[in-house]
Amino acid sequence: MEMEPAIRARGLRRAFGDLRAVDGIDLDVPRGTIFAILGPNGAGKTTLLRILATLTRADAGEARVMGHDLAHEPDKVRAAIAMTGQFASLDEDLTGRENLVMLARLWGFGWRAARQRAAELLAAFDLSDAARKQVKDYSGGMRRRLDIAASLIVTPGVLFLDEPTTGLDPSARAGVWRLIRGLAAEGVTILLTTQYLEEADQLASRIAVIDHGRKIAEGTSRELKAQTGSGVLHVTPLDPGNRAIALGILGETAQADPEGARLSVPVADDTEAAAHLARLAEAGIRLAEFSLGAPSLDEVFFALTGKEAA
Amino acid sequence: MSAPLPQGPRPAPPSPASTSLTFAWRAVLKFKHVPEQLFDLVMTPIMFTLLFTFIFGGALAGSSTAYLQWFIPGILVQTTVFNTVYSGMGLSTDLSKGLFDRFRSLPIWSLAPFAGLMVGDMLRHTIAGAIILGIGLALGYRPEAGLPGILASFALLLAIGFGWGWIFIVLGLVVRTPMTVMTLGFAVLFPVTFASNIMVDPATMPGWLQAFVAVNPVSLMTTALRALMAGTAGWGEIGRALLAPAILTALLAPLVLWLYRRR
Repeated sequence: MEMEPAIRARGLRRAFGDLRAVDGIDLDVPRGTIFAILGPNGAGKTTLLRILATLTRADAGEARVMGHDLAHEPDKVRAAIAMTGQFASLDEDLTGRENLVMLARLWGFGWRAARQRAAELLAAFDLSDAARKQVKDYSGGMRRRLDIAASLIVTPGVLFLDEPTTGLDPSARAGVWRLIRGLAAEGVTILLTTQYLEEADQLASRIAVIDHGRKIAEGTSRELKAQTGSGVLHVTPLDPGNRAIALGILGETAQADPEGARLSVPVADDTEAAAHLARLAEAGIRLAEFSLGAPSLDEVFFALTGKEAA
Repeated sequence: MSAPLPQGPRPAPPSPASTSLTFAWRAVLKFKHVPEQLFDLVMTPIMFTLLFTFIFGGALAGSSTAYLQWFIPGILVQTTVFNTVYSGMGLSTDLSKGLFDRFRSLPIWSLAPFAGLMVGDMLRHTIAGAIILGIGLALGYRPEAGLPGILASFALLLAIGFGWGWIFIVLGLVVRTPMTVMTLGFAVLFPVTFASNIMVDPATMPGWLQAFVAVNPVSLMTTALRALMAGTAGWGEIGRALLAPAILTALLAPLVLWLYRRR
């Protein structure tokens, strides 16, 4: 029997008054993959996630999650998913340990097994030292870790993560990324939303770009980048003093990287890139480094929506 | 971080009773971690008891001690009714923090979080009632029916708290902020408790107000509680006291379920 995808959605719609938060979205998320929903604030990402997690009812459309129909078997869907929302879904007055014991009990663990599972999760998430502290005294990073731990009491088929790294410092963000990759490696399907193009690029095997409740593009990071139809040549002159001359040779579309010595110029293909390199060589400008890359997702987003990404 | 996923098989889903028990445990933990909430619960009624007993008591009933006999059952009803506001505030807080989203995404009996709230409420009503009664006893209040009267009274108080609790659970589900729930709650409860027979015998009130006081559910509950404490209660009085809680439950419980599922 062929395995159904983890998520299959068709024509999902949800309006709040006049606002069409989700306006006809189809989605296929294969099992065991990381799938990113990328879009600016207010694009409808959270509503889409909440619909798939049975928290918000769709006005129209249908979806199956881990083989169960969202509208007709919500309890079976709930048994197969876990969701970590954008705002900590924890009891702030309780300790980290008590939060996890409570949730383990709600998943059906006995008291002893619930305490055991809570201890395992606290250790796995490096929270053992804070186990007896009330959650309101946790830092943002600790809170997010506990919130994700709370979604892993049992192994979910699909884990929904709504902007999992928003508001985290770079090291906490890197930790969450490692965690997400680790879970995917264990076979958990992950559907995450993000405003960070880099995050989607780093984590997801497929990305859906959402704007105004509609899916405006979908594909692998590479495919999305290819949709702009061009690449970028990056060069770093060996002698930083030559940057201005090199910039002149590369032409009007070239840009200097504000922080480094690197110069970038959009090119249609490899032939054009080679021509640029040849002209630099003719002028006697030696290069420390050069590379031909796809455009960044920022550039892709701009090309798709005509707007700067949030 | 080491591997966070569980090794063993999933446990069987919990029964509704076990789930409700877990939510009740949460309510008990709240008392442990936020003991100051008790202060909020009993501050006002203690102040009322002292003010009314010593300042107005003599004028209203001839002596402070005589007034206590009249007032303590009333203030117990008032305390319980006012404290139902807090469950609505707690619910509103949970909703604004996203905690209920977590509960709703779990495969559990969908009314369990409310059952848990109710259990927490019962606990709150019992503790607050016990403190007020204790102060009353210390000041010289003597219920004629003794311990059985007190136990029966507390059973009635819990039924009253259960019924009125639905009002504020509905508000908690509809209103965005906990503070608004409180403000709305007090706006309704102050007139309803003052225009009752809790503090004074309504005989001196104008006729139109007497007519309201006579049918005010708070009066009916207070009358029944006085009778239970005095050992003179009949089924009629108890039935009339339970009428409002029963109607509120019948009307609002389905509404709560509908509001909760619709969100």
